[in-house]
Amino acid sequence: MSDPKSFPLPSSVKVVPGTENAQAALPYYTQFVPEDDARFWFYNSMHFPEPMHHFDLITAEAAYCALGAFNTRVHVLPTTKGIDHRVINGRVFIGGVPVTDPDEIALRQEKFQERAFYYYENWEDLYAQWKDKMKALIADAQALPRPELPEWEPIETTHSGKGIASNHSLLDIYRQQLEGYFRMWHHHFEFLLLGYGAYLTFFDFCKRAFPEISDQAISRMVAGMEAEIFKPDEEVKRLARRAVELGVDHHFSDNMVIEDVLAALDQLGDKGRAWLDELETSRNPWFNVNVGDGFYHYHRSWNDDLSMPFAALPGYIEKVKAGENIERPMDRLIEERDQLVSDYRELLDSDEDKATYDQLIDLAHRVFPYVEGHKFYCEHWYTNLFFNKIREFGALLAENGFFAEEADVFHLTHYELESAIIDLMLAWSSGSQPLGPGHWPAIVAERKQAINLWADETVPPALGVVPDVIDDPAIVMLWGITRDNLDSWLDDGTENEKELKGFAACAGLVEGTARVVKSVKEIGRLQQGDILVCQVTNPTWAPIFQKISAAVSDIGGSMSHMAIVAREYDLPAVVGTGSATSRIKDGQRIRVDGSRGLVTILDDEEVPANG
Amino acid sequence: MAENAALTEQPIAWFSEVGLADRPSVGGKGASLGELTRAGIAVPPGFVVTTSAFEMFLQAMETRGPVRARVADLDPSDLDAIRDVSQDLRRLVEEEPLPTHVEQAIAGAYAQLGEGGEPVAIRSSATTEDADEASFAGLQDTFLWVMNASDMIRRIRECWGSLYSLESIAYRRKHGLPEEGVAMGVVVQVMVDSRAAGVMFTRSPTTGDKSVITIEGAWGLGSAVVSGEVTPDRWVIGKITGEISTRDISDKHAMQVQAAGGGIHEVALDDDRRTQPCLSDEHLLTLREIGRKVERHYGKPQDIEWAVDQAGQILLLQSRPETVWSTRDKNQPVKKPEGNPLNHVMTIFGGKK
Repeated sequence: MSDPKSFPLPSSVKVVPGTENAQAALPYYTQFVPEDDARFWFYNSMHFPEPMHHFDLITAEAAYCALGAFNTRVHVLPTTKGIDHRVINGRVFIGGVPVTDPDEIALRQEKFQERAFYYYENWEDLYAQWKDKMKALIADAQALPRPELPEWEPIETTHSGKGIASNHSLLDIYRQQLEGYFRMWHHHFEFLLLGYGAYLTFFDFCKRAFPEISDQAISRMVAGMEAEIFKPDEEVKRLARRAVELGVDHHFSDNMVIEDVLAALDQLGDKGRAWLDELETSRNPWFNVNVGDGFYHYHRSWNDDLSMPFAALPGYIEKVKAGENIERPMDRLIEERDQLVSDYRELLDSDEDKATYDQLIDLAHRVFPYVEGHKFYCEHWYTNLFFNKIREFGALLAENGFFAEEADVFHLTHYELESAIIDLMLAWSSGSQPLGPGHWPAIVAERKQAINLWADETVPPALGVVPDVIDDPAIVMLWGITRDNLDSWLDDGTENEKELKGFAACAGLVEGTARVVKSVKEIGRLQQGDILVCQVTNPTWAPIFQKISAAVSDIGGSMSHMAIVAREYDLPAVVGTGSATSRIKDGQRIRVDGSRGLVTILDDEEVPANG
Repeated sequence: MAENAALTEQPIAWFSEVGLADRPSVGGKGASLGELTRAGIAVPPGFVVTTSAFEMFLQAMETRGPVRARVADLDPSDLDAIRDVSQDLRRLVEEEPLPTHVEQAIAGAYAQLGEGGEPVAIRSSATTEDADEASFAGLQDTFLWVMNASDMIRRIRECWGSLYSLESIAYRRKHGLPEEGVAMGVVVQVMVDSRAAGVMFTRSPTTGDKSVITIEGAWGLGSAVVSGEVTPDRWVIGKITGEISTRDISDKHAMQVQAAGGGIHEVALDDDRRTQPCLSDEHLLTLREIGRKVERHYGKPQDIEWAVDQAGQILLLQSRPETVWSTRDKNQPVKKPEGNPLNHVMTIFGGKK
């Protein structure tokens, strides 16, 4: 490089003034230390695009405990170990741990082949077993009681000789829930890297054979059809069909108040209640999807907030009444995929290449159900149960004056929360007042302020010394980070202000009105044909895809679930633009080029002089 | 389809009468246009002046003095002698009267193309693969917007005359090629008044990728693109998926159009038009369909010249097999086969490349 640019060193990043206490409260093992200046770190904006609440940081901790364990010590990836993370100003920076010593790589290769190949060879059985484990883990979480402190211990404690009082169960529930969350992340990473790796092996082959093939064409060849991730939207379609069949469809309209509709249906008699029963069937489990990526406590699930599925119902009902078939045409989709696979195969020159292609597409198809399906169980269903359980603790502590609202609990680290719980246990035990109400409100106020200050701070995309090559498979697979990305990050200041670059998620060129939607509460503002601009798009937004003409998101890679679903719905999409929601203004005209991953702001384009 | 035996007798052949096998009688370009016509691909209507027509012309000329023998006797190193013979023979070819029945056949076919004075394009159509090489210079003549029968005959003679250009003769002598059978066809084809034109490669010219179609085009006549005078728009389209993955819209400062009285000239384009894409997505996808059809017809990747006429119809002007990548194709597999397919994942995990 003739003009060496570099990222700031970790030590040069200052804690935002006024947030020093909030920063200091984070665990010591997430604080940058001087030696970290020698390493390369990048901001994990893909998973953590917003400043993190203190409690929510548990996700980084639990996920990296598990990711590293599988990479480093279970599957023994030859060239990479786990991920270290540090947090400053609410932002999670991560750094890989590559293996470079050839002898160590050779040893690890041997172990990897013994272990990972076992997984590939027994994939279907192990994955079936995985689903059972996850369902059992979910059942355990669902069975955890709501944390409560009765005035008097129930008489059953006496009659059964239980010998343990209610305050102990607070700690018990909390620790079990935490343990479950850490365990869930282990399950999450049991297959993930191996799945991505097999997929990328096919990807790599295609890129060698067809240097100009698009990422989308390859993922279309691999895409599964029956994945759990499509189920929630299918349930909404089913509910629309049932509403028409039961003759209750006129209750659903664009500006309905959901509570009123539910009450009206309940009053309506058999047909209304029959539909409500259908709704219950859909809700459990399929509405256990949250509207984000599952990493923030405020990304609530459909079950907690029915806005998303209900926003989609009127549109689907209209289509059903117009005689349209809104169910996914499975046979056609599978036929199309198989046709694509065989058409590309025909272009290969030799039987040898065709044989390799067959092997690799087989392997990709074998692993893909996990790659597509795991998120429903992990990031959605379990995470949702987890955050809701913490909310119950928040409610209990708020009742006892620790802070004003249940959601304030997320301003405490998980260690601090345990201390608050023990404080409450002690007070209940001693019959005196807990000290929390005198301790936490000021801290919560300070941290609320910190989140706001952090949100306004510009985050460097990376810190430290840029490595010559990035060939850490974990980082390339999970974050799509390559040397090219880094160079473009370094060039960030000079790029065209009217253009945003992201990953080409789904082809198509569309111009339209941008609707910047910052939370699921705002989806009602979307008009037919609008272009959705949001921070994180996610499969659970699929029901409103019928309304919009394109989608743009701040985060997500070309293999992100948003991208998978956009392709499924043939919705032009650009994901991972980094800053669409802040740079695009609501109502602006924009152009989305889903083939090139380019978004152009058209509105205030200068009018040519002769115009 | 088999060779059309009748062509050894007739001075002209309609596109529909010829196919690839008729290359010896009509040259490569003529044979390809015939093949496309037979495959149901839209090409501007036309005919080929056959090599037989040239032979008849030459025979008539040789009754007055030797032609081929004069060339065959030349010393390849004696460039002065070659130049003298070349000048003399070209003059003869351009001045000698055509045998009456040959001239009548050509004029008759021209008259059938349209109602008097249909503008046509005249292209030389070489008979040998060698002639496709740039080294056999002088043979690749194209005359656009030829406006009447006498100009047409003059251009046909010029095409024939190029067989006796200095470069052509020198090349044949240097390689010791026999003069017997040195001949060429000449394509006479209705001129397309093209709104936009360009080239299409059914195999990527940059990477050799067979799964994409590359289309380049600019406003006006395709000659601007082929000659490199205008930077064309460029698109890459998935051959199988139809997905348009690259759109490079260039600044097309000018276009070539018909000149008053025949021939072409260049006109500047206004600011609006120069940065507009010269093809709609619909045209791009139609071109892709045509490209696939032609490729399937020939069984191998093709380089194609296309034009969109004022009515919006797409016509092909030429298709020839892709030569760069097909000769470079190594018998090396995309990836070394593995006994255990799982070993392939080591590419991703093992740091092996």
